[in-house]
Amino acid sequence: MLLKQLCSLCAPSGWEDEARSFIIEQIKDIPGIEITVDTMGNVIAHKPGKGKKIMVAAHMDEVGFIVSGFTDDGFVKFKTVGGIMTSVLVSKRVVLGENKVDGIISSKAVHLQSAADREKPASMRDLYIDIGAKDKADAESKLSLGDYGTFAGEYTEFGDGYVKSKALDDRVGCAVMLELIKENYENDMYFCFTVQEEVGLRGATIAANRIGPELALVLEGTTCNDVHGAKPHQTVTYSGGGAVMTAMDGAAISDRRYFEMIKTLAAREDIPLQIKRTSAGGTDAGSIQRSGAGVKTAVLAVPCRYIHSPVSVMHMRDYDSVRRLAAAVLKELEGRDI
Amino acid sequence: MNIELLKKLTECFSPSGREDRIRDIIKAEVEPYVTDVWTDALGNLICHKKGPGKKLMMAAHMDEIGFMVTHIEDSGFLRFVNVGGISAYNCINRAVVFENGTVGVISYENKEKAASAGLSQMYIDIGAKDKAEAEEKVEIGSMAGYKGELSLMGELATSKTMDDRVGCFVLIEAIKAAKESPNELFAVFTVQEEVGLRGAKTSAFAVEPDMGFAIDVSMTGDTPESSFASLSLGKGPGIKLKDASFIINPAARDFAIKAARVAEIPYQLEAAAYGGTDAGAINLTRGGVPAGTISVPTRYIHSPQEVVSLSDVENSITLVTKMIETAI
Repeated sequence: MLLKQLCSLCAPSGWEDEARSFIIEQIKDIPGIEITVDTMGNVIAHKPGKGKKIMVAAHMDEVGFIVSGFTDDGFVKFKTVGGIMTSVLVSKRVVLGENKVDGIISSKAVHLQSAADREKPASMRDLYIDIGAKDKADAESKLSLGDYGTFAGEYTEFGDGYVKSKALDDRVGCAVMLELIKENYENDMYFCFTVQEEVGLRGATIAANRIGPELALVLEGTTCNDVHGAKPHQTVTYSGGGAVMTAMDGAAISDRRYFEMIKTLAAREDIPLQIKRTSAGGTDAGSIQRSGAGVKTAVLAVPCRYIHSPVSVMHMRDYDSVRRLAAAVLKELEGRDI
Repeated sequence: MNIELLKKLTECFSPSGREDRIRDIIKAEVEPYVTDVWTDALGNLICHKKGPGKKLMMAAHMDEIGFMVTHIEDSGFLRFVNVGGISAYNCINRAVVFENGTVGVISYENKEKAASAGLSQMYIDIGAKDKAEAEEKVEIGSMAGYKGELSLMGELATSKTMDDRVGCFVLIEAIKAAKESPNELFAVFTVQEEVGLRGAKTSAFAVEPDMGFAIDVSMTGDTPESSFASLSLGKGPGIKLKDASFIINPAARDFAIKAARVAEIPYQLEAAAYGGTDAGAINLTRGGVPAGTISVPTRYIHSPQEVVSLSDVENSITLVTKMIETAI
């Protein structure tokens, strides 16, 4: 299955090669498609059309790690790439470098922790990755400073239509886009698989500058906090509650007419839709909206619990809602202006 | 002074991203005095007046800080987030108004101390008896702004949105008053300044100005035991030399100071450690644009009662008029 394959790719920000190759392989034989890889590494797949210039974007990169050094006893020092809470790192499985070296992020045995240690999350200063090397030379023979890594995590379906996996943010967006890209459009379509979203919406900035779109639709995995103990107003989104549309987040306020159009469309097509209930976070829409002389943007997302961790959780029904609604939006944009 | 217009501008509802109403008011005021007017993708109102010279961009932002509904409780109370720089303690027990006229009062879960309550412990009471009734009036994503009228206090005036409707007022009145246009003038009424100078970024990209100024409010240090700030009310417009978003270009500084001197108005130089204006975005557009800010000195910025001096407003109009009439 496509989403499963996408999630299993190792493609942290700045080292999206694996995702890029996989995606190009999926789309290269689509009739009429023109594929460009730009200087940043964005994959821009153009399906020429006579109508409006539309940019559809999903980011290929995921949060991960970069090797920053080695200890004398053969452990790997590292930095996080993108927003990962230190508290989720301890004792997690990772893979590092081109050869997919297995690693475990360290932890101090509970027996050895003081009461004070247990009160606070481990500090990045104290964490390292154990790759089973016997000493520094052994570690350096397997990895180099600057090598990237990601969480290791199986894509698994479980429970009542749920999926757990690493990197749902934003391989769900990539998967939806790989489905959308096969359709035929009247508009001039640019499907962009962007890089470096997790470190500051960087790839999308350059892709949007190159394309100069009139309108953009961003496809994402977004935060979901419908967990035990959260008050209703703190849930942000509900898993299983449908596609998520953003009115405002930290990076962009959606164009209100575009927003209203999508809302009406969801009701008309009977596609479950929820509006994101926080202003935290940001997506590629932030940089696309403010590229050039300005672009009208909207964001559709799949709610993902435990996002930016080795196991995020989503509901297949929400994935399906995003896919259907995004397809309906792109068709609707053929007949009208915003 | 056209107090009626200042009243109309300051009492209008238009938080960031919802600038439709204020744009309509400004467009109607300015259209007869310029060559052409258009609205861009983000909603900026770009007013162009032909002239033989270089391109001068004058920007005042239309948006105000506000609130956005994120959740409707079964009990009919609304949960919300801030739109722009709302300070939590300033909004407790204040009235807000939605675009459709629905009025609400913000208060807090009073198990908390008011001073330590964050916005996530607050709610808006719109007088709905339950969720269903609330949903007839608002929905998730609906925005509100502070509710309040323009009030005169002798030589001073107070309103919810001096930031930056007073800047819009100054720019509108200057466009009307300017007798000549030696520059290619682009008066831009920008959107989404309060959430990060967003409208100025895209409009400056489109306009490609040779020089640009923001007209915005700036805080004063003239109240009892206040922290230091360069400006005082009543001593004329500020020519802002720096804040956290820009450092004035020498050519822009000299141009503004010269205009103030020629116009024979009092002015104040100002250097601020904090804050930002559209000049920050204009400055860093394309290959770089000499940019500065003309400040209307203002007390209690980002509160529902921002206070300005009418003589400063009058002198700001005179200064901006002179700048528009002077070749850059």
